[in-house]
Amino acid sequence: MSEGHSTYTPKTGIERWFDARLPLPRLVYDSFIAYPVPRNLNYAWTFGGILAIMLASQIITGIVLAMHYAADTTLAFDSVEKIMRDVNSGWLLRYLHATGASFFFMAVYVHIFRGLYYGSYKAPRELLWILGCIIYLLMMATAFMGYVLPWGQMSFWGATVITGFFSAIPLVGEWIQQLLLGGFAVDNPTLNRFFSLHYLLPFMIAGVVILHIWALHVTGQSNPTGIEVKSKTDTVAFTPYATIKDAFGSIVFLFFFAYFVFYIPNFLMAPDNYIVANPLKTPAHIVPEWYFLPFYAILRAITFNIGPINSKLGGVICMFGAIVMLFLVPWLDTSKVRSAVYRPWYKLFFWLFVADAVLLGWLGSQPAEGSYVFMAQMATLFYFAFFLVALPVLGLIETPRRLPNSITEAVLEKNKGGGGHPAGAAASPETKG
Amino acid sequence: MKKILTSLALIGLVAAGTGAAATWAIAAEEAHNAAAPTHFPIDEPKEISWSFAGPFGTYDKAQLQRGLKVYKEVCSACHSMNLVAFRTLSDLGYSDAQIKSLSAGYTIHDGPNDAGDMFDRPGKPSDYFPPPFPNEQAAASANGGAAPPDMSLLAKARGVERGFPQFVFDIFTQYAAGGPDYIHSLLTGYDQTPPAGMVIPEGTHYNPYFVSGVSLKMPKPLSDGQVTYDDGSPQTVDQYARDVSAFLMWAAEPHMEDRKKTGFRVLVFLLLFGALVYLTKRKVWEGVAH
Repeated sequence: MSEGHSTYTPKTGIERWFDARLPLPRLVYDSFIAYPVPRNLNYAWTFGGILAIMLASQIITGIVLAMHYAADTTLAFDSVEKIMRDVNSGWLLRYLHATGASFFFMAVYVHIFRGLYYGSYKAPRELLWILGCIIYLLMMATAFMGYVLPWGQMSFWGATVITGFFSAIPLVGEWIQQLLLGGFAVDNPTLNRFFSLHYLLPFMIAGVVILHIWALHVTGQSNPTGIEVKSKTDTVAFTPYATIKDAFGSIVFLFFFAYFVFYIPNFLMAPDNYIVANPLKTPAHIVPEWYFLPFYAILRAITFNIGPINSKLGGVICMFGAIVMLFLVPWLDTSKVRSAVYRPWYKLFFWLFVADAVLLGWLGSQPAEGSYVFMAQMATLFYFAFFLVALPVLGLIETPRRLPNSITEAVLEKNKGGGGHPAGAAASPETKG
Repeated sequence: MKKILTSLALIGLVAAGTGAAATWAIAAEEAHNAAAPTHFPIDEPKEISWSFAGPFGTYDKAQLQRGLKVYKEVCSACHSMNLVAFRTLSDLGYSDAQIKSLSAGYTIHDGPNDAGDMFDRPGKPSDYFPPPFPNEQAAASANGGAAPPDMSLLAKARGVERGFPQFVFDIFTQYAAGGPDYIHSLLTGYDQTPPAGMVIPEGTHYNPYFVSGVSLKMPKPLSDGQVTYDDGSPQTVDQYARDVSAFLMWAAEPHMEDRKKTGFRVLVFLLLFGALVYLTKRKVWEGVAH
């Protein structure tokens, strides 16, 4: 895991030459070949690799799209259509990029929920989790700004609504909003700085991803039992075991991705965004992209003033608070047991939380009127109750199920009657404990 | 303590329950208010079986040619189609010579020339459909205050929300014809009588399929026999509407056939590659309990 335990032995002259000067082959070998992973990882753990593929795909398609795109309010919409009509395979690039953003978020949501379910955020992986939360925040900023670039109706009005949140912040709000917009309303300066930042942020994401993977390789992966790796028999070598499993998981994911890209590329897009932005004509319903809907529902759920906090500021506080909750999870959860597999009550609440997040997403797509508002308020209450009440309280009062002594024991118990060899025989000799 | 937990769990269920009740209540309320509806369109668009639907769908070239004729003879009097170039009409099955003579039939305002003057010249295949009005203000003032929308992307820029659970089924049926279905329904939805008591604003025309109100500024654009077809297709409003909707789908998504063809190859490749990788994975993990 750390450099001190490297098992890499350079075999050829070139490898030795490199190893003495820049041990890059050693780094790759230790990180992606010999690196020991728990033997019991399920397919939920393949989403880390899937996310890496999606980030690379977004950056590559994005760089090529930027070669054809013009960040100017009078040209942007038509330049995107030029890509769709006249650039060779331009339609493929744009649909890969636009649908790719959605699938990037789908993968990241599976990844986050997996972490919540198996308690992957618990000591010693708090920093790993927080780095992940930072990546998620950067992803949201990138996706939001990317959505503005085609300069359609939803681009324009989405940008107007979302930058409007910042004006709710007392004292500095208006200044922040004008700084974001480069003026008093969404216009050419806004489009230009959003394009610039939309190009910058993915590389910042890539940087934090490196830290995320570094932190992961220090602590090692968690696993479905939540029990730490105790001996060599608990792990297998990253290559070929995890590599081939990740490869299969990624291909299945890419299959679904391709289905959307090639057959229903506009399924996840608002038709309104094929109308060029018109500052004088507000669309009937301004709805953000699906991956923001739960937060949008929370924002709109606060329809009442709380003391000196008016409803607008209250909504903004709750929306940002909903994301802050994620950062605090490692300290909100008081349980000594990591995995929901051994926590019956937490398991129930986890699934209720998933249902609640989906409900909030649906409410975010509905107009904020009538009983939808009350439902959104209840769902928001449950959202915060999950983090602020369920996580700390459950850890104190819940009686966990009996934990196996080790990963190996858990695996063998599960496979009882199956023809599993003793685990030691499976782990390759390079694997270190 | 268990009580607190159960009540927390209940909050989620109550929220879901109120949701169902609320949706039902809203639906019931609407049903009672035919003269003053609050949600549009009043009628959902009719689903047409299009030749371009599904994983192997292709455009019907004869239909697109008829649709182009309807656009040229009817729609183009008010609606521009700024993003479509004459050269792309080869997709409709026209030869280079046909496209040349078709584009020469248009007058393109060009310039300035060497003397600094703007001039008119016959169109070339590299030109785009010229707009009927010189600018948006002219278009608006000639059409009662609202400029007719550009038609290049209309088939993708329109679509009635499908709602839950229909939008989930749409993933599997690959429903992507919200635009053409809407356009067809709107064009054929003019001759209906509004419910008693409904107020239709002056200068607008009732259409239960219109997506943002009870009526729209555009009067009924098509009538039976208005456009002459030379391939024996019925010269009815319904047929015109189908043809022009299909044509607009092509105008909005000219590379659709290419996209679906490529998609099929990609999916077959991923399926085979996935199967091989899966078998390899089985082999690698053989004997490793996990």
